[in-house]
Amino acid sequence: MTGNGEQVPASPAGRPARPDLLRGLTEPRYSRRRFVRGAAGLLAAGSLAGALSACGIAGTRDTGWKDGFDWESWWSEQSKQGTFDFANWPLYIDRTKDGSPTLNDFSEKYGITVNYLPVIQDNASFFAQISPVLQAGQSIGYDMVVISNGWQLTQMIKNHWLIPLDHSRMPNFERYAAQSIRSPNYDPGNKFTVTWQSGITGIAYDTTSIDREIDSFKDLWDPAFAGKVGMMADDTELGSIGMLALGIEPKTSTPADWERAADLLRKQRDAGIVRQYYDQSYIKALQQGDTWISMAWSGDVFQAQLSGNKNLKFVVPKEGVMFWQDNCMIPYHAAHPVDAMMWIDYFYRPEVQALITDWVNYISPVPDAKPIIADKLDDPTVANSPLVFPTPDMERKFVAYYDPTGVEAQLKWTSIFDPIIQS
Amino acid sequence: MSTKLRTAVVPYLLSLPAAVWLGAFFVLPLLTILGVSLMTGNSIDGFTLTWNFSIFGDAISTYATQFGRSFLYGGISTAVALVAMYPVAYWIAFHGGRFKSVLLFLLLLPFFVSFVIRILAWQFILADDGIVLGALKSIGLIPDQTHVLSTPFAVVAGLTYDALPFMLLPLYVALQRIDQSHVEAAADLYATAADRFRSVILPLSAPGIYAGIVLVAITNIGDYLSASILGGPSTTMIGNIIQTQYVNNANYPIASALALILMVTLMLAMAVYARVFGTRTLQEHIG
Amino acid sequence: MRVPLWKRAILPSYVFLVLAVTLVPIIVMIVYSLNDAPHGRLSFSWQGFTTEWYRELFAIPDLTSALVTSLEIAALSTVIAVAIGTPAAIALARHRFRGRAVGDLVILADIAAPSVVVGASLLGLFVYLGVSRGFGTILIAHVAFNVAFVVIVLQSRLQDLDPSLSEAARDLGSSPLNAFWLVTVPVIFPAILSAALLAAALSIDDFIITSFVNGQTLTFPLWVYGSVKVGIPPQVFAMGTVIFLAGVAIAVAGVVNARRSATAS
Repeated sequence: MTGNGEQVPASPAGRPARPDLLRGLTEPRYSRRRFVRGAAGLLAAGSLAGALSACGIAGTRDTGWKDGFDWESWWSEQSKQGTFDFANWPLYIDRTKDGSPTLNDFSEKYGITVNYLPVIQDNASFFAQISPVLQAGQSIGYDMVVISNGWQLTQMIKNHWLIPLDHSRMPNFERYAAQSIRSPNYDPGNKFTVTWQSGITGIAYDTTSIDREIDSFKDLWDPAFAGKVGMMADDTELGSIGMLALGIEPKTSTPADWERAADLLRKQRDAGIVRQYYDQSYIKALQQGDTWISMAWSGDVFQAQLSGNKNLKFVVPKEGVMFWQDNCMIPYHAAHPVDAMMWIDYFYRPEVQALITDWVNYISPVPDAKPIIADKLDDPTVANSPLVFPTPDMERKFVAYYDPTGVEAQLKWTSIFDPIIQS
Repeated sequence: MSTKLRTAVVPYLLSLPAAVWLGAFFVLPLLTILGVSLMTGNSIDGFTLTWNFSIFGDAISTYATQFGRSFLYGGISTAVALVAMYPVAYWIAFHGGRFKSVLLFLLLLPFFVSFVIRILAWQFILADDGIVLGALKSIGLIPDQTHVLSTPFAVVAGLTYDALPFMLLPLYVALQRIDQSHVEAAADLYATAADRFRSVILPLSAPGIYAGIVLVAITNIGDYLSASILGGPSTTMIGNIIQTQYVNNANYPIASALALILMVTLMLAMAVYARVFGTRTLQEHIG
Repeated sequence: MRVPLWKRAILPSYVFLVLAVTLVPIIVMIVYSLNDAPHGRLSFSWQGFTTEWYRELFAIPDLTSALVTSLEIAALSTVIAVAIGTPAAIALARHRFRGRAVGDLVILADIAAPSVVVGASLLGLFVYLGVSRGFGTILIAHVAFNVAFVVIVLQSRLQDLDPSLSEAARDLGSSPLNAFWLVTVPVIFPAILSAALLAAALSIDDFIITSFVNGQTLTFPLWVYGSVKVGIPPQVFAMGTVIFLAGVAIAVAGVVNARRSATAS
């Protein structure tokens, strides 16, 4: 046998020299008619299914509780059940080998078993999973879920899919909650939600690659960093930063403002300045030098610094930083609402927050946890970090997100910003 | 029961379990999306069936770039995977000896470790100043600005890598059943090894090539992970659009329409492939 | 006949090169599973050697149970998909019957359908029927996509399987089922094994479809993906390494076994 014969590329050259050999062993052939019949059969079944859903898909409006429902007397009839189901993100609570000390302590103190389920991967896909269930008027099986501020949370509120919190059962929140997390624009008066942890979206950069001062979101547009700028693939984050760079306040912005921000962002992309629109992996790109400067979340940068990336610096730009909150809420149809309320009240205690914050490292909702982390837990790195306990100067720069007034506004927003990310 | 009748019933009995399973848990739910694609509305007020057929035209014109790119990336990665894995499958099938299954298994093993881990590792390896590019840059072989991540190349490479087992296995399965006596008989008929390959081995392995292409091309063209994690600002594929429109924007009609267009195009493409290259399955239906 | 160079050296070297490339990410995973992480989050900057993550392999109970769930689902869905996919592949490849064309189309559609649409429509069905989501619904979904892959792989083996074999068996008086077990299955066994491996890999990696139908049950990819928010724990790499090494152990056992039977014969 000689050399290179078998390296003939198999596919392009491929019309076999001997089709009969290829087909020779195969079983009887079928007619075009049968193929057409098969397709026709599928189509017929398809139109049947189409006919079945002819009435359409019901909206989520009016699938929650009815206006005027007397929640006060409802709450007065509820009682402790001794258990509750808590859906959270993985690792979003303190952890040791024996589980979470705070959950264990809570169980012991109050005789309530917590069925803690870290089932949330991200807001949109979690919402996509629970919304058909709530829409069908069924229980999602959780008494407490954690969802960030944003369109999914806004829908939960607008659809009446959340049980209003019983404020008489959460004195610790009234007493210890940080000013910055109270009464956010998407939930005035904390009617439905309280903050679990929060964070800020600002800029992080690598001090070994960039030796000038970074103090503005406009620095993300600097051509000197072309190809080394990381932006986020989340349209809410991206659009908000675009507006801050223009000096527009996102909370009160209008579609005209969104268009202006989109223009600015499009220019940044088309000039080759954007390296990539990242999901959470933006922090890895920064750590390994793929980007020099990036939109970033405070907690990620803090953890990267702890893991040895001392060259990363988080900046609160002069235009402000986006302040986001991950919130606890009680979904409609929850079977153990009182137990969930007791947990809310419990986790706003400073000593409990100290344990959770010391593990999670995002912004703590309870400033009084700071001295406990510094002294009792002996972890001054966390206690003294402004990324965990922001200074009053920083807090003044916190900027709220735009909260969509309705589905039209939300669709407008995504139709403006999505084409920038997904081009 | 007569033998004839019994023989006629056999294929139905054989396919019954799979037909029931797929009918209930794939076809039935999927058929509803045909209806959904023709609806208009929004998630809060609901969607009503308005027989909005224009959505298909709109979807194609709005996302023509992403469709085209998906077929380009999917096509390249399939071709590369085929060319890369054919010799591997060939060698294992004919010369693997008793190590056949072990080699196959080893080649497959990385794919039992979650994609998150594989992608994290590749990102680390291909970092701008990482162990590969950093080394090449320090000896001056490539310019400092060179990067692999966030490029179309990275997307195609990612697609190709993840396609390797899906290409290897069908090729191997088709090749290993080729009777050595066929090859030897051919040796008497054809002068060169090239002729033997073209005339005997390649045609006999055609079902494997077809199956490999079905598995790889179809999954890669519809992929979303590679582009969103390894791609740059302009590497979006149609799978990413479907994902975002469905999950983030709850725009079910457009997501359903895009999915249908994708599926129909893929199946037509496979039909054309079968016709041109003359392989079983669709080819014989079209005849 | 002298064995030509390309067959003796070039081709095998190429095969091992491909093997090496596929294993590159695995090597990174193994190395960094031994990296210290003072704050319990995986890092790619070297902090020092430690075996802590192996000693603490099961220190995150919900991660452990997610991994166990994933392995169970992979095993079960593979077995079921092969059990129902093999006869279907035989029917589609070797028999003429009404509905065969539809069958072929459905198999192709099953592979072509975008996961998000499959997952969402399946969730819609389960909610409509009032089926509670969990292990069972994940299994149902995984079998539904695995079947198509099994059928495609098997078809490439079955379509020119010599029908005279099983006919001969039947002429000798064995029932079709016996003929299937005694003749067809042994002949196509390598193909079945390949299909099973592919199905298991697909199942263990699935993220999107599972994320719709999992209810309160977590699989390994879901847990890991979700943990990216606060930082992946190093145990994830350690577990990946353990899975990989278990696989290698099986492979080595296979080699030893093959050698033993080779010497025996």
